[in-house]
Amino acid sequence: MVKVKVSVNCPETHLNLGGIVLIKGNNFEDVPDMPEIRQSIDSGYLEVLKEEKTEVKEKKKEGDEVLVFAEQRNGRIARVVFELLGKARELADKLNVKTAVILSVDKDNELSKELISYGADKVYIFENPLLKNYQTDLYAKVICEHIKKEKPQIVLYGATHIGRDLAPRIAQRINTGLTADCTGLDITEGNLLLQTRPAFGGNLMAQIICRKHRPQMSTVRPGVMKIKEKDANRKGEIVKVSAELSEKDMMVKILDIVKEAKKKVNLEEAEIIVSGGRGLGKKENFKLIEELAKLLNAEVGASRAAVDSGWIAKEHQVGQTGKTVSPKLYIAVGISGAIQHKAGMQNSDLIIAINKDPDAPIFEVADYGIADDLFKVVPEMISALTKG
Amino acid sequence: MNIIVCVKQVPDTNEVKIDQKTGTLVREGVPTIMNPDDKHALIEAVKIKNKHKGELTVVSMGPPQAEEALREALALGADEAILLCDRAFAGSDTWATANALGSAIKAIGNYDLLLFGRQAIDGDTAQVGPQVAEFLNVPQITYAQKIEISDGKVKAERQMEEGYEVIEAKLPCLVTCISEINETEYPTLDGIKEAYRNKKVGVWNADDAKADKSKIGLLSSPTSVKKSFTPPAKGQGQILRGTTKDVVKRIVSILKEKELVGGF
Repeated sequence: MVKVKVSVNCPETHLNLGGIVLIKGNNFEDVPDMPEIRQSIDSGYLEVLKEEKTEVKEKKKEGDEVLVFAEQRNGRIARVVFELLGKARELADKLNVKTAVILSVDKDNELSKELISYGADKVYIFENPLLKNYQTDLYAKVICEHIKKEKPQIVLYGATHIGRDLAPRIAQRINTGLTADCTGLDITEGNLLLQTRPAFGGNLMAQIICRKHRPQMSTVRPGVMKIKEKDANRKGEIVKVSAELSEKDMMVKILDIVKEAKKKVNLEEAEIIVSGGRGLGKKENFKLIEELAKLLNAEVGASRAAVDSGWIAKEHQVGQTGKTVSPKLYIAVGISGAIQHKAGMQNSDLIIAINKDPDAPIFEVADYGIADDLFKVVPEMISALTKG
Repeated sequence: MNIIVCVKQVPDTNEVKIDQKTGTLVREGVPTIMNPDDKHALIEAVKIKNKHKGELTVVSMGPPQAEEALREALALGADEAILLCDRAFAGSDTWATANALGSAIKAIGNYDLLLFGRQAIDGDTAQVGPQVAEFLNVPQITYAQKIEISDGKVKAERQMEEGYEVIEAKLPCLVTCISEINETEYPTLDGIKEAYRNKKVGVWNADDAKADKSKIGLLSSPTSVKKSFTPPAKGQGQILRGTTKDVVKRIVSILKEKELVGGF
């Protein structure tokens, strides 16, 4: 069934198509999909009208928004915010409401436009020199007042050091539920937010709902949700909001922000990760992993066993107690695949595992497994990749 | 300088096993321990107490067997211990737990410093600390890797992803500690004797803690567990067979196909 109208290009005032008469100037709904109709559409006598339903869907309901906290540091939006916006978009579409973000910052500097291009329909921006850097009390005040006024139905925060400091403070003040470190979000019966999170060190997944209290709030693990493609032409609304803030609102004072000069290991944003585990046997053998990683332009990861053995720094650790990653390619070398490691990498697009033991649990999550000696396989890979 | 430390007794998650048939946690035979971050908070509290004098009280909420964790805390140097143990507390989510602990801390009163672990290994939420701080309307410093007390103020290094912040707050203040703050310690034999012979664990019910019964327990908790399950295994992939050379050749061609290696 299609919806059509007779085109202005049609020389006749009415069309008789297999017994159905269509008159110029009128719209016709539910026209059966017949050869005559299709022919007239192809010849340009008939125009297919867009389903009105989709137009209605584009008109989002006001209020009841899905709100994302736009964490920024040094005037740069945290990557997890874009991940959250992709998910918020999905949830908002299911609920037929708008996606909003709340941005606290000293100066906008095009940040709100960037947020819109990643999926925000509405940006509430609080500009104030006091909001330049994250500070628990001021941020909590601004967001609590906003929530009380605008009554979003869902609020999402990145489960970063900032998000995990801020969100519980807010939840307690406005007396609502908060689910920590979610790895899955969906809408379930009764339009409730279904929040999936690991518990007991990743041994168990729990699905949490917040039945009566509003808003429903979650912190979400960075690196789990996929970023939706940026659309610079996306339109959105920017709402400037002012907040009455003073130094007196601050119970804690930030005296200094110290950046540590160590080379940053950026596992969460890596497209390719090569990880090594206990199978490497000793610290020196990590050179193999580093060499393969270099060839693939990849970051180096490690299992907890390798980190605990002191072969590599903790910032390389992948797993429930380390980083959660979802690169395009994850190569696990000499990693047996303890639950806690798998919890941190099983969402990778493509997983290749190399392990001598054909029964190693890592093969349960691998797309391709090589049950062979890593000291033969990895050098062979290095030589194959070097030769091309 | 009166300090209150909150600790939780947790199952050692490294030892947790899954019943493959039912997909549920096997709790039998799993040892319980004092939550590691909480232990670091306690050790820090003992150090501060030894320097600045005052009372160190340790509080836990849990079943009667959580007394073990409190005895360990007493053995490590706490002066007093209180166990919040009442069916009315059971099933509390983090909001309700914060109401229960917050009420108890208010009832104890006269505190300068509240130390918590950043998070517990069974839930990994890191929420209860900040939620208790909000309940009591005191400043919070989370993820502390270093604490100094002077002139009625606490100065702490708060760990961030790419470094740390130096934060200052007036006492009373609530600080959550991470493992980097100090080295783990073990109770001495004298400490253990002292904990069992001369120190007491007070058991409080909801009334003793002056807790609002409409704000604690399972039914008052905003969040509830709808379902729990074991993480699904990703569909089994294929094991590549053949000589090392052949297998590597295939892997490399798969990577090229998927454009994961370029320029070769």
